Amino acid sequence: MTHPTVRAFEYWLTRYRRTWRGTAVTGLLAPVLFLAGMGLGLGGLIRTGTGTVEGLPYIEFLAPGLLAATAMQTAIAESTWPVMAAIKWTRTYSAMLSSPLRVGDILAGHLGFIAFRVGLGAAGFLVAAAFFGVWSSPLVLFAVPVAVLIGLAFAAPVMAFSASLDSDVGFSLLYRLGVIPMFLFSGTFFPVSQLPGWMQGVAVATPLYHGGVLCRALATGHLSWAHLGHVAYLAVWLGIGVVLARRAYSRRMVR
Amino acid sequence: MAVDGIDFDVAAGEAFGFLGPNGAGKSSTMRMIACVSPPSAGELQVLGGDPRRDGSAIRARLGVVPQDDTLDVELTVRENLVIHGRYFDLPRRRAGARADELLAFVGLADRAASKVEPLSGGQKRRLTIARGLVNSPELLLLDEPTTGLDPQARHVVWDQLYRLKSRGVTVVLTTHYMDEAEQLCDRLVVMDKGRIVAEGSPRDLVARYSSREVLELRFAVGEPSPDGALDSLGERVEQLADRVLIYAHDGDTVAGEVHRRGLRPAATLVRRASLEDVFLRLTGRSLAD
Repeated sequence: MTHPTVRAFEYWLTRYRRTWRGTAVTGLLAPVLFLAGMGLGLGGLIRTGTGTVEGLPYIEFLAPGLLAATAMQTAIAESTWPVMAAIKWTRTYSAMLSSPLRVGDILAGHLGFIAFRVGLGAAGFLVAAAFFGVWSSPLVLFAVPVAVLIGLAFAAPVMAFSASLDSDVGFSLLYRLGVIPMFLFSGTFFPVSQLPGWMQGVAVATPLYHGGVLCRALATGHLSWAHLGHVAYLAVWLGIGVVLARRAYSRRMVR
Repeated sequence: MAVDGIDFDVAAGEAFGFLGPNGAGKSSTMRMIACVSPPSAGELQVLGGDPRRDGSAIRARLGVVPQDDTLDVELTVRENLVIHGRYFDLPRRRAGARADELLAFVGLADRAASKVEPLSGGQKRRLTIARGLVNSPELLLLDEPTTGLDPQARHVVWDQLYRLKSRGVTVVLTTHYMDEAEQLCDRLVVMDKGRIVAEGSPRDLVARYSSREVLELRFAVGEPSPDGALDSLGERVEQLADRVLIYAHDGDTVAGEVHRRGLRPAATLVRRASLEDVFLRLTGRSLAD
């Protein structure tokens, strides 16, 4: 017997087989462009100015941050419109619920697919960025599972949010007030110590900050036990997100 | 509350219908039978199990054809069936074989590799029916199976449902089409405002709630109104905007009597009473919503 969660996962995989080419190109292009533009262009200015950022050439500071930020963006893209579509438009969840699959299987199968997508994207970026010579430690390979954890820490609560919305207007709010500020201010492009005090507090509370710190430690090989704290912080977001999503899905589908 | 105190039994091998206007509670009842919405109170057994406890196990033996086709337009016709078979844990190869078998059954074998998007409404509905059959269900639930289809497509769907019925599949359907209920249902309940207002075979219901025949009279505009002149004819007289209906055992005799009373309707029609007459009598002529 195939586990019901795997059967729900298979649906998303079957669909992805039809659409992966498009997402592979666009999903990889954006972070590589950022790496080239900011890393080489801005990085050149920084080299002649302060020299390094947190002791790293700028592009080596930037690359792990982009890896984490890309995981966040892929996860959020996959847990907003596709979730709403599966509930309201294509009603895929409803079709699944006319089989032995349960609400929990449906949620876990979709979340599993998002993890797969994020992992694939992270691996792609890892390879592409390697051509810029930005990875100084082989430990960076572990940044792929960390990227998956970052993705899940965002996807689970966002799925709860998506399942509780009646229209997709809420998504543009999520992007403008959540995703874009996080992308800019949570330690991807510059250390959060550059921010005014109160903003540092906000930045440090975001999962992206902790994801970025972890990816940077793996990329440079400077790991310590303290990093387990960052993993735990992401795991808490995932855990609470799953509980909320489970509740929101039941409320929406079982009625 | 969508339904209130409804009570019904469906026997194995039977085709059972829920007939009612929009908002009568048919779809809510179907969601409960499909083990999606748990009943808030009362007792419900589906295929011998309790949906609140064994929902997943019962759903494994059900086929569901929802009112709106929840097909995946990104996938091909055949992939839609295979993936649904996988939800039921059919091994991939078996799911594929079952998909081909069902596509032949619903006459879509030549569209197997097509995307879903370009299919006609009738083809999509047949594909949804095929999908509902992928696990060889003991009980097939259809929510308004032919709503929105053109007459040809409806007859094709009816033909397929009739064949399923003759193979012994238990069928439960909702409809607001009287002809559909008469064609397909061995037994049905009429629902209105969340309650069951009548139950029986289509023939029983007509016998119980209507006369054998209906005489329809149309009067030309400007003719003296027949008000009062038709009273006491037949079993019941109903005055509509454009015609008068007289419910009677023998329509022709009443038509003769109408003429004897000196009334000259522009058109006279005697027809057998149908489920529609029963339905309108029980649920009223005004719009539900």
